[in-house]
Amino acid sequence: MELFELTIHELHDKLKKKEVSSVEATRALLARIDAVEPRVNAFITVTPEEALKNAEAADRRIAAGDMQLLTGIPIALKDIFLTKGVRTTCASRILDNFIPPYDATSVARLKAQGMVLVGKLNQDEFAMGSSTESSYYGKTHNPWNLECIPGGSSGGSAAAIAARQAIATLGTDTGGSIRQPASHCGCVGLKPTYGRVSRYGVIAYASSLDQVGPVTRDVTDCAIMLGAVAGFDPKDSTSVDLPVPDYSKALSNDVKGLKIGLPKEYFIAGLDPDVQKTMDAAIETYKGLGAQFVEISLPHTDYAVATYYLIATAEASSNLARYDGVRFGHRSSEAQGLIDMYRKSRSEGFGEEVKRRIMLGTYALSSGYYDAYYLKAQKVRTLIMQDFSRAFEEVDVILTPVAPTPAFRIGEKSADPLQMYLSDIFTIPVNLAGTCGMSIPAGFSKDGLPVGLQLVGRPFGEECILRAAYAFEQNTDWHERKASL
Amino acid sequence: MKITKAEVEHVALLARLELTEQEAETFTGQMDAILAYVDKLNELDTDGIVPTAHAVPMENAFRADEVTPSIGIENALGNAPKRAESFFRVPKVIE
Repeated sequence: MELFELTIHELHDKLKKKEVSSVEATRALLARIDAVEPRVNAFITVTPEEALKNAEAADRRIAAGDMQLLTGIPIALKDIFLTKGVRTTCASRILDNFIPPYDATSVARLKAQGMVLVGKLNQDEFAMGSSTESSYYGKTHNPWNLECIPGGSSGGSAAAIAARQAIATLGTDTGGSIRQPASHCGCVGLKPTYGRVSRYGVIAYASSLDQVGPVTRDVTDCAIMLGAVAGFDPKDSTSVDLPVPDYSKALSNDVKGLKIGLPKEYFIAGLDPDVQKTMDAAIETYKGLGAQFVEISLPHTDYAVATYYLIATAEASSNLARYDGVRFGHRSSEAQGLIDMYRKSRSEGFGEEVKRRIMLGTYALSSGYYDAYYLKAQKVRTLIMQDFSRAFEEVDVILTPVAPTPAFRIGEKSADPLQMYLSDIFTIPVNLAGTCGMSIPAGFSKDGLPVGLQLVGRPFGEECILRAAYAFEQNTDWHERKASL
Repeated sequence: MKITKAEVEHVALLARLELTEQEAETFTGQMDAILAYVDKLNELDTDGIVPTAHAVPMENAFRADEVTPSIGIENALGNAPKRAESFFRVPKVIE
């Protein structure tokens, strides 16, 4: 097996036994990036010099016996995380030349373990999208079929894992932006409970929904990455001060007696037959392992997309007000006066999807419409949260599809924003409820595209969904299949 | 029509965006469709429902009033499109 194909835990074992050095592994990854990047376009910035310097430092650390699970592991990050001294664009022209003066907390935590940053990954601009088609730096292609989207907005994170261009990655999930691309690219992706991982230094899209999480090759790596970044951070006022469990210890093959809920609103007529078939097979696998299934109802599911697009865009319109061309980012050279400078800088710097969401959010918050749209959406959010609370009185885990269809073709939904928004229908409710959810590889469509399975847990119930995911993984081989590139 | 082109242009003004004629046309149609879709929320009776702003209860996050290291003036100005001495430079505001 090539070095770039290893998981975190496999490479960690080899580094520990001195069978391979971090410099060798990093060189292998950088060569792999060079080889496939022209076809995939998963990266915005590759950092070979910094990576090799960090790999040398990691090798010294390993030689000195000071090794942690991520020491010397080549990792790439969505370009939404601030990385000190390394360009961070959020896939937008407005931040094309932005060099952060500090690290995001999750980046600092990975660095403290000695990770090797190989680059910054492509995404939808400001994380607004479900297909990674709205990046200023071009579209990312799905490694399983280059004519298809990889999902979004963490499409670069998922594509880089599927194309074996990084051992592990971090993404962010506001309405499904980790789980949906993980599903479309055959990866494991986890959105932790809101507040579990610090958002400090993560460029904000919708602050009450955004959450940082891993995209990895397998469930074990997912637990390792979550453990590395989770935990209280005084720099994020929404960070929750709860002890971080050892997620790796949760990985047990035993799901006997686990009560799994199947929400009837998620298994509807019109669900893609390949997705339905995959769900049916996954349910049989779990039944074979002794899990119990219970039909449940999440009655407000049908209102989640509408709720999300009011709340998320309202928060986005506020968060993106900081891009004014004054302190950082693009400044128009055409402007006459201050207000004109704001308008021209923002209009030149933001892409179409970002403008559309700012407009929608500004409208929803504007005088006369606030109660009818934003306040109404916040009340429906309460109803959606109550749905989940009631469901978790009955079951331990909820099983659903991740997306209504496998990856669609590039360009297929770009002209119709509403259709694009509806592709997140099964992931959005989890963000609104603030609870945790993950996507694991569960099968393939007849066209050879990966199909993921979503497991949703109680707030701070990451250990439970990791256990359920691990048991599924141990009894199937979907995660072992590779895209041929 | 849920929203007119004139309203879209007004919202653009509020959002500090300058739209081309084509963008204003396109956004009017798209926002109209999206707003018609989100109207489905009115099917629900939400009287007496407490709105949720955050999924976790939010409290003020206090810390001791102590001086801690900051990024410093040079770092803060490092990405400034234009600067003058220790300041961000912007077009003249007052005539």
